[in-house]
Amino acid sequence: MTGNSDATIQGFGLGLRTPHYQDFLTGTVPVDFVEVISENFMIDGGKPRHILDQIRERHPVALHGVSMSVGSADGLDHGYLHRLKALADHLDPLFVSDHLCWTRIEGFNSHDLLPLPYTDEALDIVCANIALAQDVLQRTMLIENPSTYLQFTADSMTEWQFLDAMCDRTGCALLLDVNNIYVGAVNHGFDPIAYLDGVPADRVRQIHLAGHSQGKDRLIDTHDQPVPPSVWALYADACRRIGPVATMIERDDDIPPLAELLAELDIARSLASDDRKAAA
Amino acid sequence: MSLSAMQRDFRGWLIDAPVSMAEWVDADARAGLAVYHNAYRVQLVDCLRDTFEKTLLWLGNDEFIDAARAHIESTPPHGWTLGVYGDGFAHTLAELYPNDPEVAELAWLDCALSRAFEGPDAAPVSPERLVAVDWDNAGLLFTPTMQIAVARTNAGAIWSALSAQDDPPMAAILPEPGAMLVWRQDFTPCFRTVQAIETFALEHIVAGATFGALCLALIERCGEEIGVVEAGALLGQWIGDGLITAISLYGQQPTAQR
Repeated sequence: MTGNSDATIQGFGLGLRTPHYQDFLTGTVPVDFVEVISENFMIDGGKPRHILDQIRERHPVALHGVSMSVGSADGLDHGYLHRLKALADHLDPLFVSDHLCWTRIEGFNSHDLLPLPYTDEALDIVCANIALAQDVLQRTMLIENPSTYLQFTADSMTEWQFLDAMCDRTGCALLLDVNNIYVGAVNHGFDPIAYLDGVPADRVRQIHLAGHSQGKDRLIDTHDQPVPPSVWALYADACRRIGPVATMIERDDDIPPLAELLAELDIARSLASDDRKAAA
Repeated sequence: MSLSAMQRDFRGWLIDAPVSMAEWVDADARAGLAVYHNAYRVQLVDCLRDTFEKTLLWLGNDEFIDAARAHIESTPPHGWTLGVYGDGFAHTLAELYPNDPEVAELAWLDCALSRAFEGPDAAPVSPERLVAVDWDNAGLLFTPTMQIAVARTNAGAIWSALSAQDDPPMAAILPEPGAMLVWRQDFTPCFRTVQAIETFALEHIVAGATFGALCLALIERCGEEIGVVEAGALLGQWIGDGLITAISLYGQQPTAQR
């Protein structure tokens, strides 16, 4: 397998969002990489692609998808895969990632990251789909642990056991979303430290940090808040177990001025640095 | 337990089909199911709000949300990109507002401009390319972002007023149906309302007629003097608008500049 995802790339980045385009185009933004939503740029042309090309000249770019649907029982969309490959070949991204979820069945596309049962059958399907994606893309995929709001009665393993087996069977890497672990732990009552201990640390290539909101009965992964103290604490635990990997903050709604996100990124740098000092 | 059976039931549950999720989750999952049920709709409503900004202003928030929900119930999304979800919304609005045809035309315009924004790049023909063209045998290739639709109403004027944050005119039926022409110049989507004669000419060129054949068709329609003048004026307008991306001689395949 080729592609940068096999290399360990460290550093701190941000999700590239429209309100900050001008900052990235005209100034020097102190980030090591930016991450974009793949589908927003899997288009024929126009200004978004032009802007991304300009930013790519200044910063490494990670591609983060939401529509691959590696959990679809009826397989992957080949048209989608080939569009993603064209974009990846053009950008030479740091990573190509998507989520452990399903969005599509029989032509219906929910445009939401829907949960999977953690069963042997689902594992077989997910692994076959990831293998196909990696074969077409000729890159190691990063798969992100999802935020989930329900569990299935058929579950026969934990989410972290599922991720471990998935990495083992496909050779894929992990994008570990610390906020998603926290949201899942609160919603389903599992121990987030057991989760961190259970995932294969040597397969984690990237970490996501984000905020969440309290819904009526569940924590919701809204990406519309600063990273809360509970997630920072879990990130510190993750750093101790995983060591230095590329880390970034996702903010998709109520997007603040860039300076606020950079200040949050400094907190991540500080926590990761503390871990390195402690380990020295 | 079959993953495909679960996913079919989950889809049915999301779109309010008469299915039960009891085979897959226990009662504790009811709150979680509600989160997904709501998120599915919120995402699609947000997509329609983003794409149909002027239609939203024209209808007002409450009516727009009602129309969006009606569309979501009748038209589940199929494409992997949300960018195409709005494609059928104008049709839904035409059914919801049969006596207000400007609503669907506004929606078509919103959608066409949105699609043009991220359509294929194609540079207009350079002025040097226009020198010494054998116009009688010239084939014209329009920009791939060009879209055209019939206009029965003054939706174009309404859209422009809303865009300029001016008071929009009252909706009105045009004395003679025309068309709305949408394309992208550089990175900016744009549109203009065109008369029936230009629609006639555009359709001829799109169907593969050479410019010479178009001249003959316009002469037949308008008479020799007016037909020739119209053909020249339209060609000048199309070049000025950046609509023409390639010119070929009859029998050659036009090659677009990129």
